[in-house]
Amino acid sequence: MIVHHRSSVQSELSEYARRIAEIARNAGLDFFETRFEVVDYDTMSQIAAYGGFPQRYPHWRFGMEYEKLRKQHVYGLGRIYEMVINNDPCYAYLLTDNDITDQKLVMAHVYAHCDFFKNNIWFSKTNRRMMDEMANHATRIRRHVDREGFDVVERFIDVCVSLENLIDPHSPFMKRDAADRAAPAAPRFVESEVVRYQTKPYLDRWVNPPSRIQAEREKIKEKRKTEQHRLPPQPVRDILHFLLKQAPLEDWEADILSIIREEAYYYAPQGQTKIMNEGWATFWHSRLMTQHLLKDEELITYADHHAGTVAMPPGHLNPYKIGVELFRDIEDRWNKGRFGKEYDECVSLEERRRWDRKLMLGREKVFEVRRVYNDVTFIDEFLTPEFVERFKLFQYRFDPATRRMVVVNRDFEKIKAQLLFMLTNHCQPYIFVVDGNYANRGELYLAHKHTGIDLDIRYAVETLKNIQFIWRRPVHLQAQINDEMVLFSFDGHQSQQQKIHGDLPKPAHQV
Amino acid sequence: MKIEKDHQRFRQIVRGKIRDDLRRFLTRGELIGKEGKHLISIPVRGIELPHFRYGDNNDGGVGAGDGSVGDSLDPNGDGTGPGGTAPGAHILEVEVSLDELADILAEELQLPRIQPKGMHQITTRRDRYSGLRQSGPESLRHFKRTFRQALRRQLMTGSYDPANPRIVPIRSDKRYRSWKTVLKPQSNAVIVYMMDVSGSMGDEQKELVRLEAFWIDAWLRRNYEGIENRYIVHDVRAQEVDRDTFYHLREDGGTKISSAFKLAKQIMDQHYRPEEWNIYLFHFSDGDNSSETDSRECCRILREQILPHINLFGYCQVASAYGSGNFINVVHEYLDDVDCVLTSKVNSKDDIYDSLKTFFAKGK
Repeated sequence: MIVHHRSSVQSELSEYARRIAEIARNAGLDFFETRFEVVDYDTMSQIAAYGGFPQRYPHWRFGMEYEKLRKQHVYGLGRIYEMVINNDPCYAYLLTDNDITDQKLVMAHVYAHCDFFKNNIWFSKTNRRMMDEMANHATRIRRHVDREGFDVVERFIDVCVSLENLIDPHSPFMKRDAADRAAPAAPRFVESEVVRYQTKPYLDRWVNPPSRIQAEREKIKEKRKTEQHRLPPQPVRDILHFLLKQAPLEDWEADILSIIREEAYYYAPQGQTKIMNEGWATFWHSRLMTQHLLKDEELITYADHHAGTVAMPPGHLNPYKIGVELFRDIEDRWNKGRFGKEYDECVSLEERRRWDRKLMLGREKVFEVRRVYNDVTFIDEFLTPEFVERFKLFQYRFDPATRRMVVVNRDFEKIKAQLLFMLTNHCQPYIFVVDGNYANRGELYLAHKHTGIDLDIRYAVETLKNIQFIWRRPVHLQAQINDEMVLFSFDGHQSQQQKIHGDLPKPAHQV
Repeated sequence: MKIEKDHQRFRQIVRGKIRDDLRRFLTRGELIGKEGKHLISIPVRGIELPHFRYGDNNDGGVGAGDGSVGDSLDPNGDGTGPGGTAPGAHILEVEVSLDELADILAEELQLPRIQPKGMHQITTRRDRYSGLRQSGPESLRHFKRTFRQALRRQLMTGSYDPANPRIVPIRSDKRYRSWKTVLKPQSNAVIVYMMDVSGSMGDEQKELVRLEAFWIDAWLRRNYEGIENRYIVHDVRAQEVDRDTFYHLREDGGTKISSAFKLAKQIMDQHYRPEEWNIYLFHFSDGDNSSETDSRECCRILREQILPHINLFGYCQVASAYGSGNFINVVHEYLDDVDCVLTSKVNSKDDIYDSLKTFFAKGK
């Protein structure tokens, strides 16, 4: 536990940090060593703008974010109490002018975040030395700036950042390179694919005539040949990886693209577990504060702060609130045994209300949940009709007639579907590379996998330009817009779009 | 701090984009009315980095609270509820201080900074909220302190019930934020806008005046810490009005420009000692004065009573369908030798750019 000692207040803080860590450990939390640093608001805004890190590579968008955060603070629209980084050791930043009650709450909150980082499986592939790695990235990019010039590098970073969401958050769990090599190495004999009908040996010549077998052999060989030259062998979601491997990049360009990609993968699990992570931290700060840490005179300050954290104005879904209530609900249900076939099939409302098997499995269950779920599976598994009713959740939609957001539904299934949709892939469209040598012209062909909602055309057209900047040859994007398949293209000079018709060459794959 | 560089780069990009579009901003009224006290929010194109994202039909969401199906989430709002109804038009609203905007203007028009002549004798008062007190307006009530006070009282008087912890503050519990007034010296300027509202000045002309005045304001504000604006309208008689009336008043009848100058002189004498104030006069007219005699009288008043005391007299003649537009020629004829008299003709919005340049190129 290292708090940088600057005053007696801070030594008081480090004493609290030690105590809270001990209580948190006793409660079952398991975290990396956590280092607190106390910073003023300006520094906090900088760190937050840098995505939690003390330094990043030079880029104006960090400055933009910084300005936004500073203003929020000045206008009293928001306050960052704390930042914590997924790293071993964990680094956490506290605000100097938090009062001591806030600091205690925040430290309890931080330990729970650290526990989540360390134990949740979706974080298991993240780099735990990211603090160093980010500093290395900054150094590498500064070196490119020195060699290539500021403007050129900035332009290229702009392009990469525009594409940073084109990754596949599940891919860290696949053995990608092994799979790449495995495919051609697998012994696939042509003979095994030729269709032969079962028959007696003496009838074979007639049932499986050699001329047909030979013809089929030729066909399969031919097909193999074209398949071998397909690029990529299957549709690829990790477009950044594909570009890194296949696009004609200068060394420095490839280096920058790989940095942006690596950082995108580092941040991806935080997007996948927002509700759970914040819910877990809130669950624990509330528990540790009310059961162990609060002094009487701190109660009002604590209650005020906590109420602010979990406040949920109509129409906004506060991940802290939903998360903490779901964890509490799970704990309660598993304590009382409100799960499983018997409970699900019980139709008596009265009986369900009084249901208590005194299993006391809640604690074990919440720890299990924080280990293996992400937001999508969390909501899918644990959102219940009772929960939706208790917290008065509804589905809303834009009503073009009144130009307002209106409540359209209080139906459990619909609400759940909407929530899941919003969480899947962070509510971002699925884009795949389906052909890296489209029409045998070295052109790149992307496809949007339509899941109910169209792409934003203007953004798509602009983003496509950035992909072309990297690919250099013409690029295409196939997307379903208003129930029609449209092909957007950019050749470096001109954007165009056209309906997809039969005369257009087909890409290697479809999604 | 490390981020300083990134922040400066961001501002530089924003300034560059605004500068590229400055002529457009100058000629369209889109910035006017959007300005706050110190900040103005400007739509800047092409800053946000594009991503592949869902389009407009992705407008639903999940919320929580009361209300039945069909109820609006935001009954009093203007309909721009949560969930991204904002236009995805690749436009970022960036807040720029009026000072910064003026700087951009100056950079683009290559305007020199103005040297204030005041002695920093004037002071202004600023309020700083720093303390607490027991009385005040409800809008300044300090919720947490009030609550704590009420809780303390209820505990002491024994009216606190742990089973039903309801805290009701009474008057003596209430605490309010209070402020201190601080004095600060500064250099000040007054801008007197005068406008001809005779029959020949139509809405179109007034729109030009409004645009021009906005930018005059912005630039002078950049150069002085305190700015006061006075507005005079005239036909054959002049009267002082507030800003809103200034832009909307419509009169019929003749024009006697000297009436406005006399009133301006009167206001100066009463409120603005030239030793302390930097005085700017701007007059907008279609140049169609009622008589040649009055035009000469105007020049006499200016030369003898006004010009010796002021920083700048700017005459801006807007084109109108009716007038002869002769006043500008008279001014040229009689006052050509005076440094602080500047004239410009604004026939359309495109001329504002050059007009501003004429007025402020000398750094007065």
